[in-house]
Amino acid sequence: MSDVSDNVELPNQPVPGTGKRDLEYYAQILEEARSIKGTSLWQDAWKQLKRNRAAMVSLVFLVLLAVLAFFTPLLPLQSPIYQDIEQRQLSAPSLSAVRLYPESIFENDEQLPELSDASKIASRKQEILVSTLWNNPGTISQWLIKMRLSIFGTWSLPSLCGTDNLGRDVLSRVFWGARVSIIVGIVATFVSLLIGVSYGAISGFMGGKVDNIMMRIVDVIYSVPFIFVVIFMITIVKEDQIAEVLEKWGIDQIKVFFIMIGMIYWLTMARVVRGQVISLKNEQFVEAARAIGASPTRIIFKHLIPNVMGIVIVYLTLTIPAVMRFEAFLSFLGLGVEAPDVSWGLLVNEGIQVITPIKTYGWLVLYPGLTLALTLFALSFLGDGLRDALDPKMKNK
Amino acid sequence: MFAFLLRRLGWAVLTIWIVYSVTFFLMRSVPGGPFDGERQLPEEVERNLLEKYNLNDPVHIQYFNGIRDIVVNPIGEKFGPSIRLADYNVDEVIAQGFPVSASLGIFAMVFALLLGMTSGVISAIKRNSALDVGFMAVATLGISVPSFVLASVAVIVFVFWIPIFPAAGWGQLSQILLPALCLGAPFAGYIARLTRTGMLEVLGQDYIRTAYAKGLATRRVVVRHALRGAILPVVSYLGPAVAGILTGSLIVERIFYLPGMGSHFIEAALQRDYPLAMGMVLVYTCLLYVMNTLVDISYGVIDPRVKVE
Repeated sequence: MSDVSDNVELPNQPVPGTGKRDLEYYAQILEEARSIKGTSLWQDAWKQLKRNRAAMVSLVFLVLLAVLAFFTPLLPLQSPIYQDIEQRQLSAPSLSAVRLYPESIFENDEQLPELSDASKIASRKQEILVSTLWNNPGTISQWLIKMRLSIFGTWSLPSLCGTDNLGRDVLSRVFWGARVSIIVGIVATFVSLLIGVSYGAISGFMGGKVDNIMMRIVDVIYSVPFIFVVIFMITIVKEDQIAEVLEKWGIDQIKVFFIMIGMIYWLTMARVVRGQVISLKNEQFVEAARAIGASPTRIIFKHLIPNVMGIVIVYLTLTIPAVMRFEAFLSFLGLGVEAPDVSWGLLVNEGIQVITPIKTYGWLVLYPGLTLALTLFALSFLGDGLRDALDPKMKNK
Repeated sequence: MFAFLLRRLGWAVLTIWIVYSVTFFLMRSVPGGPFDGERQLPEEVERNLLEKYNLNDPVHIQYFNGIRDIVVNPIGEKFGPSIRLADYNVDEVIAQGFPVSASLGIFAMVFALLLGMTSGVISAIKRNSALDVGFMAVATLGISVPSFVLASVAVIVFVFWIPIFPAAGWGQLSQILLPALCLGAPFAGYIARLTRTGMLEVLGQDYIRTAYAKGLATRRVVVRHALRGAILPVVSYLGPAVAGILTGSLIVERIFYLPGMGSHFIEAALQRDYPLAMGMVLVYTCLLYVMNTLVDISYGVIDPRVKVE
């Protein structure tokens, strides 16, 4: 190789960095270049999005919802699971104050009478409260609940949304349900993202026979009525023996549920990404990467996938509501989230169950249904806004 | 065209076979059979029951027998007796439920198309007017509200508070109307938005200006010239819409207590009624496949540029 390059005569260029004038000149150019700030695609998109009022309102709403859902244990809500059938069954929304728990809650405890130390009694009481008023909270939630107990004590918001047929506060259940619904939406979408993007990118990049076979598989799966397969899978997972085995592996029902939903919604994502990758892979930057010897894996994950992120994000905002709706749908049928966990779909279902020709208890359906609908509404507006913002054709309009 | 249909048929057979196999092995992989109840059955009774449903053969024999029955037997005896509804054949159950589900689905689809396309066209013509904004807000709301929430609220409002519709039952127009509206609403919303986008694109093109220039009335330009070009995205949406309506009918049939196929399916799956669940899944698969093929063919009819291949 070396003798070839020796024979090539270099064109007569000024060698940079020699004269003093040149140095100054270059410094000046560098200075100028530094002062110019380019706008990236994302900055542009953000600017566009800020101008879209509906999308911004939706974004604020969703962020607020997420924050409230995260801090639900800290809010002065009533217990989502404590049942008071005798006094508060199916009471209509009201503003009258409610104590968080009756004193009788401590009566049946065996340990409490044996304790003499005041601080021990207090901590035992707290333990009882956490275990009877809340459903199996995680570490962070427990910590937040203890904080709530010390800040607000027994004070809690009145039953603004009424109570259900077991005397549980609907407002509190809607909040706790939000946690499940949102997590299902996000995690399941993430699973579908992972599968869909990898599958689509590999299929599009490989091309030829591999692409053909991979897309045929997608076609076949597309024409399977998926809901039915899912219902079968769920009945299998819910079977005691299988559930036990899965438990050993550290997989509980809700996790299986995430994965299952994610596995359905990757199909369209795969198609979208494949189309995009096919149009991108003949671009020069990919050729350049290949020329310097980048491996196909590197090209796919480092060069192609970052470039399809825009369209993927738009599609994500459409997948999250679809997934949430599907979760609600399954919970409504009694196949999804199970009591004592709550989700919005489950709450609506509970509301429907108690409808009788004599009385309808509208609040039981209205509030969870409304929150679900508003969230989906906001997500679809945000999705539309993002699509417009990330579309280069809409720029400067 | 013939070659297209033939190839489609081939893929259909493959798809149905895959669905059959997946369903079969999923059902058989659940521990516990359909006769595991609280009460232990006497051994002879259980053996006879298993024999009746061909469940005492080895699994692979059951698998091939199932395929043979579906392929060879005449319609009416394809799936054997149902386990849960002991006096009925699966074919009979399907034959009873199918007309209900089908008419519900067709009503919902017609409603979605009529309402969606009309409001979409009006929105596009009166672009950025109050009417347009209102229609599109309602459409987005219709897409966002899940059909079971809509159906529940509709039951509370239109059956109990303002009793203009009956709560349940089947046979009269008033009994089919409310369920069909609830089932079709999300699709109406989606179709409205698709139609509006498509119309806006078409209305800016030269041939529309030509049509106006030669003195045609707005109505004629819109209906004869513009709509035909704008309708393609709607047609391509019909495939997913049919799938969605099939799924949605599970819920709507449950809320309104309609005696359709969907009402049987979930029970069948939960209670391990193998033959019934299998029959339902295969019927739904065929239905979906036929609808998708029809949609593909109709592309070519509406837009001559698209050649069915």
